[in-house]
Amino acid sequence: MSEHPLRIVVLVKQVPDTANVTGEAMKDDGTVNRAALPAIFNPEDLNALEAGLRLKDRHGGRVTVLTMGPPSAAQVLRESLFRGADEVVLLSDRAFAGADTLATSYALARALDHLGAFDLVLCGRQAIDGDTAQVGPQTAEKLGLPQITCVSRIVEVVPPGAAGGAPASVTATRSVEDGAETLCAPLPALLTITGEANEPRPPSVKLVMTYKHAIAEALTGYDDSYLDPDSDEAEVCMVGRDGRPVCRARIVLWDAAAIEAERELVGLRGSPTRVKKIESVVLAGGEARLIEPTDEGVRALVRELIEEHILG
Amino acid sequence: MSNFYTDDPDLVRQLETLDLRRIVALREDDYARARDFAYAPGDYDDALDSYRRTLEIVGDIAGEFVAPRAEDVDRAGATLTAGEVCYAPGMSESLERLAQADLMGITLPRRFGGLNFPITVSVMIVEMISRADPALMNVFGLQDIAETVNRFASDEIRQAYLPRFASGEVTGSMALTEPEAGSDLQNVQLKAALGADGVWRLSGVKRFITNGCGQVSLVLARSEEGTTDARGLSMFLYERDEHMTIRRLEDKLGIHGSPTCELQFDDAPALLVGERRRGLTTYVMSLMNGARIAIAAQAQGIAEASYRAASKYADERVQFGGPIRNLTAVAAMLADMKVALEASRALLYETAMIVDCKEGLERRVEQLQSGERAAGAADELKELRAELKKYTRLAALFTPLAKACATEMANRVAYDSLQIHGGSGYMRDFAIERHSRDARITNIYEGTTQLQVVAAIGGVLSGTLAARLDEYEAGDLSATPELLGHVRAARERWAAAIAHVRAADSTEFRDFHSRRLVEMAIDLACALLLLRSAQGDARKLLVAQYFVEQMSARVEGAVQAIVTSSSASIDALQALGRD
Repeated sequence: MSEHPLRIVVLVKQVPDTANVTGEAMKDDGTVNRAALPAIFNPEDLNALEAGLRLKDRHGGRVTVLTMGPPSAAQVLRESLFRGADEVVLLSDRAFAGADTLATSYALARALDHLGAFDLVLCGRQAIDGDTAQVGPQTAEKLGLPQITCVSRIVEVVPPGAAGGAPASVTATRSVEDGAETLCAPLPALLTITGEANEPRPPSVKLVMTYKHAIAEALTGYDDSYLDPDSDEAEVCMVGRDGRPVCRARIVLWDAAAIEAERELVGLRGSPTRVKKIESVVLAGGEARLIEPTDEGVRALVRELIEEHILG
Repeated sequence: MSNFYTDDPDLVRQLETLDLRRIVALREDDYARARDFAYAPGDYDDALDSYRRTLEIVGDIAGEFVAPRAEDVDRAGATLTAGEVCYAPGMSESLERLAQADLMGITLPRRFGGLNFPITVSVMIVEMISRADPALMNVFGLQDIAETVNRFASDEIRQAYLPRFASGEVTGSMALTEPEAGSDLQNVQLKAALGADGVWRLSGVKRFITNGCGQVSLVLARSEEGTTDARGLSMFLYERDEHMTIRRLEDKLGIHGSPTCELQFDDAPALLVGERRRGLTTYVMSLMNGARIAIAAQAQGIAEASYRAASKYADERVQFGGPIRNLTAVAAMLADMKVALEASRALLYETAMIVDCKEGLERRVEQLQSGERAAGAADELKELRAELKKYTRLAALFTPLAKACATEMANRVAYDSLQIHGGSGYMRDFAIERHSRDARITNIYEGTTQLQVVAAIGGVLSGTLAARLDEYEAGDLSATPELLGHVRAARERWAAAIAHVRAADSTEFRDFHSRRLVEMAIDLACALLLLRSAQGDARKLLVAQYFVEQMSARVEGAVQAIVTSSSASIDALQALGRD
């Protein structure tokens, strides 16, 4: 039995760019004003995609990218195609709106189930809008997958069917509070990847030109026949009515029905999290204090900072 | 977040206002290829959109990835250990990144894995890479040699090598210079011998070879025994093996990241490119013209970086109670720099478009002649040939003009930028000292400014340039009648100086004044190009006004120098320069 190509699914999210916050970033009620912030590819999800693409470069296989969001989230899927993803799926439905991490991971788990067999699920450690780092672990739980979180390095992947009959596994190093630990898990498994893991590749201009017009297309079923090189569908680019090349069905669009999700478990209805109160904290400088530039002065300052729980 | 495309309105302006319709249609065979390649454009707007997206990606890589590594690359330099060249770490990383983005075959045909972009867009890319790190540009820009292979080598060679260039698997070098053959390339001695086995073998030494460590070199060699001139030289493609050794790396003033190698060939097997005896006369001239535009773009990028460094420093440095920008002396230097930058850029992209047009016409004429493409009207071929002739002449004239203009400008701008930095600029803490060192090579390699003058003077004296200037004047310049008047007055003075030189009928007298005549030609071309862009653009109008004022004064001074110069000065040249 020969090593068979890896089937990798990467979970990504489109987020407001919280790194470049302006005055209008927050609405009066304290929630994020998404309209005022540019929407970007969640940075650590790019690291997850890069990890997937590197595994594909080494072992062969295919990288599927999955996201849940409004139709505009198709942009992060296009950006995934620009970097070498083989197929992309957009989960989009009014019913998904307002989801917390529980409802989100439920929908993602349903979609993963729907995708068929996979060996590895990779996601960013956390999104820069919510910073919960919960969606990856919850998705793994729902699918009954082993998980390694906060991965800073994928040490080795033994694909299914490897020579010598070694069991399929992934070995990865994760960052923990006081160092690093290296774990091994059987496949299929889910990993959450940190920004330390790699430097994400830039978009390929050839792929940009190929997929820039890719639009989301609703499909109830999942058709991967174009992956078969002998099939007629293998020809990704067709000529459209206006004579221009169009890349067909490159973004698969699934709604709640397509993944057979239970209405009660998705979106706001499936989200037990309630925002009780939002406090708008405005940090403002008070008076300045001069500290003597002596060992003693500095020690006193450090002590005070520890007492105030600022350091420690 | 730093993007060297989106943060540069004058560069963006080039793409958005230059009319590339004709050029792209020629290059894309009227968009007949859209069905053959998923990434080929369906029409002009689609192509433009692709260029824009690509330039934004390059701008991001240049600003975020390459520029932050440039200082370390300069400090580490390239090194030679046990006969093998090692790039500075940042250099290898940047090259890998550019290859990942599919930017190593910008102008190559798609069937070899290239992007088939026009030279004009390629020049924009080179300008941004050079603004970030001119040493990286040298290796990156050498993808140009693949273009020469594409134009002149057999299909077999093209298929074997071009995809490897386009993927970034190999980098190249052009091995022309030898110890005794620098500017005077017809003196090349490196020997190519055809063995009984039908294999050409190279023996001899090449010097000052940028990226001579690249896997593939185009080598100019003497294939015809007993010859001593240009017609005994042929072009060879050599792939690295044990028959070539890198004897040394030069220890240079600038562009430290770019390895400059001395190569020794010992019976190194090589492939003949094109026909024998046409190495220098046809292929090197073509290679060189492409390289000259690339160096002009490199200089333009260094100048942009230098100007920005000066502008930033002038804002931050407080003296006499305010930022030094408020001092008129400093403000004037900054304005001079900015205006010179934009004038040079106008000429650079005009030149790139002329070369694009020439190459597109060449292709089209070849297709019609070979029957690969059916002619429309009976005299279509005739018309295209006439047009090709015109653009060939213009390309041969504008390429040296653009190179002389941009590289001299870059040196002036770097010099003034360092001056604005004051004592700090002389320290290695600021990037301007690096920019100054890097700029210094641009007006030397790929032909010194003095050689660019030699290449351009014919077209200046013959009226080729004047005819082109007439075309610019015939365009719509109605919004700036007064400025146009000044330019016309300067043109008349220039014409008088040309007449004076021609009337003197002395080679020595002409050579003595060539540089002045060519510099005026550059000034006048820039003035009209700026005037064109000033129609309906208030900011460009300011630039044009500032430029025309200074240009008029410069032209007047140069004309005076010519018409009042006596033969005594020329007679004194030898004596004075020898004291």
